[in-house]
Amino acid sequence: MGNKKGSWLTAALLAPTTLWFLIMLVFPLIVVVIYSFGERAPVGGYVASLTLEQYANLPSRLKAFTNTMTFAPLGALMCLIIAYPLAYYLAVKVSQRWKLLLLVLVILPFWTSMLIRTYAWIFILGGRGIPTLLEIIGIEGVRLINTPFAVVVGIVYGYLPLMVFPIYVSLDKLDKRLLEAASDLGSTPFRSFVQITLPLSMPGVATGCMLVFILLMGEFLIPAFLGGGKVFFIGNALVDLFLQSRNWPFGSAVAVMLVIIMLVTVSLYMRFTMGGKSGRDTSIM
Amino acid sequence: MTANSAHLQDADIEFHGVSKHFGDVKAVDNVSLSVARGSFFSFLGPSGCGKTTSLRLIAGFEQPTHGDVYIGGEAMIGVPPHKRPVNMVFQSYALFPHMSVADNIGYGLRQRSSKPSKTELRKQIDESLEMVRMSGYGNRRVWEMSGGQQQRVALARALINRPTVLLLDEPLAALDRKLRRDMQIELQTLQRDVGITFILVTHDQEEALSMSSNICIMRDGRIEQSGSPRELYDQPINRYVADFVGKTNFVAGSVTQINGQTVCMKTGNGRSFFGMKTAGSPELDVGARVSLAIRPELTVVGSKASNAEDLNTDTAFQGKIRNQIFLGEHTEYLIDVEEIGDVLVLSPKSIESASGGFDPGEYVTIGWKNDQAHVLKDS
Ligand SMILES: Nc1ncnc2c1ncn2[C@@H]1O[C@H](COP(=O)(O)OP(=O)(O)O)[C@@H](O)[C@H]1O
Ligand SMILES: [Mg+2]
Repeated sequence: MGNKKGSWLTAALLAPTTLWFLIMLVFPLIVVVIYSFGERAPVGGYVASLTLEQYANLPSRLKAFTNTMTFAPLGALMCLIIAYPLAYYLAVKVSQRWKLLLLVLVILPFWTSMLIRTYAWIFILGGRGIPTLLEIIGIEGVRLINTPFAVVVGIVYGYLPLMVFPIYVSLDKLDKRLLEAASDLGSTPFRSFVQITLPLSMPGVATGCMLVFILLMGEFLIPAFLGGGKVFFIGNALVDLFLQSRNWPFGSAVAVMLVIIMLVTVSLYMRFTMGGKSGRDTSIM
Repeated sequence: MTANSAHLQDADIEFHGVSKHFGDVKAVDNVSLSVARGSFFSFLGPSGCGKTTSLRLIAGFEQPTHGDVYIGGEAMIGVPPHKRPVNMVFQSYALFPHMSVADNIGYGLRQRSSKPSKTELRKQIDESLEMVRMSGYGNRRVWEMSGGQQQRVALARALINRPTVLLLDEPLAALDRKLRRDMQIELQTLQRDVGITFILVTHDQEEALSMSSNICIMRDGRIEQSGSPRELYDQPINRYVADFVGKTNFVAGSVTQINGQTVCMKTGNGRSFFGMKTAGSPELDVGARVSLAIRPELTVVGSKASNAEDLNTDTAFQGKIRNQIFLGEHTEYLIDVEEIGDVLVLSPKSIESASGGFDPGEYVTIGWKNDQAHVLKDS
């Protein structure tokens, strides 16, 4: 741990970060936990109390929880299925000259606000968008907007870059000699992909899935805009409880529950993807 | 050797006018060669001369721009790496980081269409581990291994497939001196034991000389000379080869007279020297830029008062000892000779004990026999 002076310096350097972490993360969390045991004031807001009433009331929002727990993994999976070939293409097939340009194109949508981009999808999927085009070629009565399908489309659109990048990084740094060695030892290109490329890109896949999953757990824009109130996430419940009905204690209980679910799933997931092993081949990115 | 020559029955690898161009770079340029079955063959040359590319052409990672590679008499054009009966030990070893040592070694066997049974696989892996003296390391992760151990694993992973030819790309370059020496001997022994053709790439002339039965010296994608280590050492066809193989003293000049095998050349300051043409060397013309090449161990050193007759040489020059390195069997002198420049002399123990040796600063006479000096083209 070095000498005393060194550890003081370390502490001094870490202090701003630690303070930031405490103020911005831990403190609000404590407030939320305290609120979740309180009661709603008659005009909304919070009255101090010590009751489990809010938690007992959680099942009334069960649908939001099950929706989130369905669409978050489903969305991550859809992103993965689309992002992997794309990342593979960018990392392995594209020549060095075009790589940068194509990578910029992948993140280009991030240059405008998520709100505007999601809004655009309302028009694309809405009555005068794709359904009209389908009518021209004779397919009538297709409804896209305000369906679970629209929500998934929105998720894939919005979160794809978050999946592409970690996978791209892990594929890009993969030593091409390993694939040559595999083929030298008699492996066909397909088997080399399954036996070498895929396992060695798993850290990127794990990172991408985690990122998308965690962020989806708090998503509210996409279900609100594209799900038309039919597909309600926990995020929507929170917006409703804090901003509309001003039921802070119940909102806090929902938020605490969300954090608990996230902690449990993520730690189970990490156990599952990286458990038992240690060392450099499991390091993230 | 022409491109149309019949395939040698005992040749494992043949290059027929093989070229590999990367844009403007001619990494391999019209190379024809043949590697005898069961031999230990080396590509030797400085960095960037096309050694690795030659090896990759054999392994199938590169396709020739012109010409073709033959393995065991069969044309390899269009044959992918996984269908070629050769295996490669990569310079960086290229071990699979997500597999154990045993899984790395067994990888080749598991790719076969007729996969060996679990017990058979286990048995062969254990044998391979034993062969490279790594028994008991099977369950280790590859990145826990030291450089030398990784090198052995890479070797075992290639050899377990019983390839016709084993390709080794600077396999010892990453090892420290002592370990390198040990591994050189081990590789040689292994090659004799398994009887597989080894093709080694190295920029280390000592390594090539000590291990190979045949060496091909490359420069800028072309073959300068190939032959046994002794042939290359005793009969280099030009200055480049002599310079690359062993240590040599050079005296630059131009040809003044040719008399059969004996060539007379003159240096810039007007001195004449005599030397022999070497077998297979290119034709010399009067006026051609050449170098007289004398090996240090063929140069004799004696006391200041001696003449050519005393030394039993054809020449005698006065010089001053600049440096002396005692090497046990030999003593190495660096001698400043006015007419020539610095000359390296390797004096055997027998002569040293008779003369009592020489110290730095002492004046001496050196000389050599004309028929032990070579006149070599500069190119
Ligand atoms: N894939 C490649 N693309 C472009 N140039 C290459 C490639 N591989 C090798 N070269 C060039 O070919 C020449 C020979 O390279 P190489 O065979 O690796 O030499 P060596 O192994 O003798 O050091 C070098 O000039 C190198 O830059
Ligand atoms: Mg090389």
